Amino acid sequence: MSQDEKKDIVLSVKDLKVTFTTEEGVLSAVDGVTFSLERGKVLAIVGESACGKSVTAFSILRLIQKPGQIAGGKIIVYPKNKPPIDITSLTEKSDMLYQVRGGLISMIFQEPMTALSPVHTIGNQICEAILLHQSVTNKEAEKHAIEMLGKVGIPQPERRLQQYPHEFSGGMRQRVVIAMALVCQPEILIADEPTTALDVTIQAQILDLIKSLQRDLGTSVIFITHDLGVVAQIADDVAVMYLGRLVEQASVRAVLKDPLHPYTTGLLKSLPRNETKQARLPSITGNVPSLTHLPTGCPFHPRCPDSIPGVCDVGDNPVMERLPNGRLVSCCGARKFKEMTKT
Amino acid sequence: MNDLKIEPLLKVKNFSKHFPIYSQGFGRKQIDVIKAVDNVSFNLNPGETLGLVGESGSGKTTCARTILRALKPTSGTVIFRTNGEAIDLVKLKERELKPLRTQMQMIFQDPFSSLNPRMTVGDIVGEPLYIHKLARGKELIDRVDDMLVKVGMKPEHRQRYPHAFSGGQRQRIGIARALIMRPSLVVCDEAVSALDVSVQAQVINLLEDLQEELNLTYIFVAHDLSVVRHISNRVAVMHQGKIVEIDETESIFETPQHAYTRMLLSAIPHPDPDIKLEFTPISDSTEI
Repeated sequence: MSQDEKKDIVLSVKDLKVTFTTEEGVLSAVDGVTFSLERGKVLAIVGESACGKSVTAFSILRLIQKPGQIAGGKIIVYPKNKPPIDITSLTEKSDMLYQVRGGLISMIFQEPMTALSPVHTIGNQICEAILLHQSVTNKEAEKHAIEMLGKVGIPQPERRLQQYPHEFSGGMRQRVVIAMALVCQPEILIADEPTTALDVTIQAQILDLIKSLQRDLGTSVIFITHDLGVVAQIADDVAVMYLGRLVEQASVRAVLKDPLHPYTTGLLKSLPRNETKQARLPSITGNVPSLTHLPTGCPFHPRCPDSIPGVCDVGDNPVMERLPNGRLVSCCGARKFKEMTKT
Repeated sequence: MNDLKIEPLLKVKNFSKHFPIYSQGFGRKQIDVIKAVDNVSFNLNPGETLGLVGESGSGKTTCARTILRALKPTSGTVIFRTNGEAIDLVKLKERELKPLRTQMQMIFQDPFSSLNPRMTVGDIVGEPLYIHKLARGKELIDRVDDMLVKVGMKPEHRQRYPHAFSGGQRQRIGIARALIMRPSLVVCDEAVSALDVSVQAQVINLLEDLQEELNLTYIFVAHDLSVVRHISNRVAVMHQGKIVEIDETESIFETPQHAYTRMLLSAIPHPDPDIKLEFTPISDSTEI
């Protein structure tokens, strides 16, 4: 892809496949996902539950555990002033992997309650991350931790450092988790639904915080969410996932204002708009099929309003294609559109 | 609205639910009280949907549950109108409440934990009829089948267990269980917030269709303001146990009067990158 090479890429994921071996057979939770993250940008991965967005994020940090495994593909990080690292080729216990985890790439998890240890103080937990990745003394680490807590907007960081997670409210806990993730100045931050468990008022503050920290520190962010409102506020680029595959990828404005894939269109339409008592919400019919019984052809065709019999329901999955206008979409209908514009 | 002609289905007046806090150890003394619901008053007309919104901890769920007498109220009156009679729910004893329970039902938030995994769908949906001895045998099965079809499921689903269904379908089972008694008042406690967007729209549509068909009155508790705006006729905004503002949906969203309502509305992210969030927390908001 010539267009991508010109950009300053910090992470590239190519044809990633993650499978889970279960009693019902081998399920592909992520099937051929390809995307790249530009340095200093925010990429949002959007999709419904069980579409593989978290699994994608976990595999970037090699956190997939048995019975799951990365079955194929490449994940390459391009750190600043360092040679690129192929994450998929690293062995489970290599030093390099430990450096990548938490040092180069760090993660914010959904539940601020479960992401923190209840039996260690906040200071203890933040300093642990610093001491693991930097050669500093305990004193320096503590100073660093206080500074970071101040940055994420926690009042009286010196006192708060001595406290345990149960002494913090949900929003404050999420701030601590963000501080922990950013304290080693990672190049990439993966945020897995960081605001889903929070109230809208607190969500607004956390989004604001992530945005301003991202701007100040120049971190590249992969933001996983199912909330299209949040996407509009934080992302530069958006990748939409359905059943383990990317269906559409473009800038946030393009995806939200002019969606090409019928799934993206359906998702946007089914959001209750800010109008009072409209007649009925347009909804996507049917349910998300189970990974054990994937439909043939395009996995979305049984729910797709524009599905073309004989085109969408046969053959293999449609692959991600670049349309003449530069947009990436994997849809048989879009392919038809491409052929039409050619002739 | 021609409120004057219609008698409200539910009249809530000076309604409170306080939780006492005791000191630790022997001789537990009451040291404080949490006013989860504090002096709340509102009316609810038949066939109407009242949205109850607020942040977590604002008392919206406690308020709804206490009205249904799932919790014992501290003070106030709740006049519930049924078969032309007006009954004060607060004064009733447990035993006197049981026949009234058929009139008031609840739909829960989590479709995974609110269904017993060891019961078949038919048992779950039919249990209220069995408990209230309203139907048995063939008639019970017929009514369950009928209800399952109404919520968009198939009669043959009756023999299957909840684990075989997706989140959206489970929520439909929860709705069927609540509506099989033909209640007049239904409390939807975050009934769609655990669902994915595409399924959420289906369930919202279903709730609206059933409301029209069965003439239901909803109290719709939710934190998602755009869903509330879509489904409600009127909205009550709760903050620290009190209703700070209650009005027609349109007025709440277009011309919010209370500073807290304005703050809550400004925090909603719009799915449009050109509308930026301009959120400023007000000082009396709960510490985050």
